[in-house]
Amino acid sequence: MSEVLFRELYRIRHVEQEVARVYPTDKIKSPVHLSIGQEAVSVGVCQTLRADDIVFGTYRSHALFLAKGGNLRAMIAELYGKATGCTRGKGGSMHLIDVAAGVMGTSAVVGTTIPLAVGYAYALKMRGSGALVAAFFGDGAVDEGAFHESMNFAALKKLPVLFVCENNLYAIHSPQAARQAKSNLCERAASYGMHAEHVEYGDVFTIRDRTAAAVSAIRAGSGPRFIECMTYRWKEHVGPGDDFAAGYRTRAEAEPWYARDSLNLIGARLDPAVRARIEHEVQAEVRDAFEFAESSPFPGHEELLTDVYGVA
Amino acid sequence: MTRKLSYAEAIREATEQEMARDPSIIVLGMGVDDFRGIYGTTKGLVEKFGSDRVFDTPLSEDAMTGVAIGAALAGLRPIHVHIRMDFLLLAMNQIINIAAKARYMYGGAVSVPIVVRSVIGRSWGQGAQHSQGLHSLFMHVPGLRVVAPSTPYDAKGCMASALRHPDPVMFVEHRMVHFQKGVVPEEPFTVPFGRARTLAPGKDVTLVGVSHMAVECLRARSLLEQAGIQAEVIDPVSLSPLDADGIAASVKKTGRLVVVDTSWTFCGTSAEIVTAVLERTQGKRDVSFARLGYAPGTCPTTKPLENLYYPNPQTIAMAAHTLVKGEGTRWEPRTSEAPEVVEFKGPF
Ligand SMILES: Cc1ncc(C[n+]2csc(CCOP(=O)(O)OP(=O)(O)O)c2C)c(N)n1
Ligand SMILES: [Mg+2]
Repeated sequence: MSEVLFRELYRIRHVEQEVARVYPTDKIKSPVHLSIGQEAVSVGVCQTLRADDIVFGTYRSHALFLAKGGNLRAMIAELYGKATGCTRGKGGSMHLIDVAAGVMGTSAVVGTTIPLAVGYAYALKMRGSGALVAAFFGDGAVDEGAFHESMNFAALKKLPVLFVCENNLYAIHSPQAARQAKSNLCERAASYGMHAEHVEYGDVFTIRDRTAAAVSAIRAGSGPRFIECMTYRWKEHVGPGDDFAAGYRTRAEAEPWYARDSLNLIGARLDPAVRARIEHEVQAEVRDAFEFAESSPFPGHEELLTDVYGVA
Repeated sequence: MTRKLSYAEAIREATEQEMARDPSIIVLGMGVDDFRGIYGTTKGLVEKFGSDRVFDTPLSEDAMTGVAIGAALAGLRPIHVHIRMDFLLLAMNQIINIAAKARYMYGGAVSVPIVVRSVIGRSWGQGAQHSQGLHSLFMHVPGLRVVAPSTPYDAKGCMASALRHPDPVMFVEHRMVHFQKGVVPEEPFTVPFGRARTLAPGKDVTLVGVSHMAVECLRARSLLEQAGIQAEVIDPVSLSPLDADGIAASVKKTGRLVVVDTSWTFCGTSAEIVTAVLERTQGKRDVSFARLGYAPGTCPTTKPLENLYYPNPQTIAMAAHTLVKGEGTRWEPRTSEAPEVVEFKGPF
């Protein structure tokens, strides 16, 4: 089991490190919101999901996309703006989707996918599908009215939704305490009548196990559940660099998070030969994806206005 | 007087001077007090005026717009800042149902003097939800003022006017004009709403460019010179009220009008400007006209398609050339991409 988790975590970390490495070449002409440091949330949750379960995310969804089984080649090609990208180069890093893998939507407008997840869950329930929807969002999205209105409706209709708040303590440079009078998201979720869990240290096993329990309850008809996973963004809000020099947060705050990084902790416990094999395999896969993106064509000019409207 | 400022610095300076003059002005919005200070436009304000007057907000556009309106009803003058115009879509109810209508619905008993600043994005993969120019939505609604100056001078003067104005003012900026430099007097001054500015004179064709497209029209003008065409370039500056008389005066002279918007043409600002001009010229002067704007679709992130999405000096100049020389006189001037677009790596 550790091997699977290690592979998943390492794969996402390595992909994003490669994105950061390539970024200065300007081949990725797009804002990139990296999840480096936060991978355990997507991996821990998605490990408990079925292939037919659905996820919705944010502009910071590289990790979620990959953890849910999104196509890596299509993702990198999308970052490069190529026709082989997951949205044919039209959406970029902030709008990754993979409908076949259940990555149903990511949005650059904070909070906007939360009600979409609820609506999707309504349809699933109505059709008796047995699948559920996981809505991923940040501690900033919780400030939006749409979050609260969605929680209320999901609870009212007992919908199969798992609300996953990735609390990385900041919305851009604004700490949670500058935006919310209390840090009590679980209490607030509970007040809507749904069970809420708080996971303090971003440990992938804990996230997976707590989610597994929530997921079985939801499948058994409990209605929505809420899980708040504390985590930490290692890089700047957007872009590949560090930003401790900016002054809004300190390296000292980050250090405990480096120390408890699930990827490093699991990696250190793995048989070195096994670890080397996994890393090697992942690196080859990632290299292939970047080569695929590099060698893919840009969309042709005739594609500018395709898919604005459907065929009536 | 030759001191030059960037457009972003001009907004900052106007805000600072007006805040010093009028203690009722407050600045709120996500990131207004952080180290970036909204591309420099709010930098240093919290240090100077304190955190009661300059503050970060939760991510709550709808409610915070209502909060700004409530504060305005009580006598404050809030400037509510949004780093993208797309986010105003979360604030539409408060802006249109309350701010625009309050004076009328209260029988004249109240004012809502809020200034809503928002920035239209472009380049570096801003994409569908970070690049929309939605000014015509606000122009449509009585009770709102909408300004979108393109020069640092007008940015400073319009901001000062907005902060002395009795009505809600939608202050539209374009990320690509933040970098424009120009002469800006140091002392406070105002630029009146409802007066267009002629940026460059000409007799053959009138080019009207909204916000960043005014900059592109000036470049198109240089291209047209190579073809012996003299284009007059007009920045409407204020979109509502619109200086239709001023623009029409230019068109009466040239007989030709090209309106270039940093948005879609259908039901947009360009439609309004053309109509307003034709209303004033019909029966007096034959006018040929053309409109350019975003391609009629969603903004793509990939660069080759994004390049096609926007009007540029070449397409503007070609449209003007056709009006002057007639159909079938195909002329394709060589031009390079706008430097501010090429250099922009934002990321936002
Ligand atoms: C509606 C809306 N308002 C503001 C923004 C600008 N913005 C982009 S990301 C962000 C912070 C979001 O923070 P959080 O939800 O905690 O997610 P994180 O970036 O930390 O993953 C803000 C304010 C936006 N994209 N959409
Ligand atoms: Mg956050």
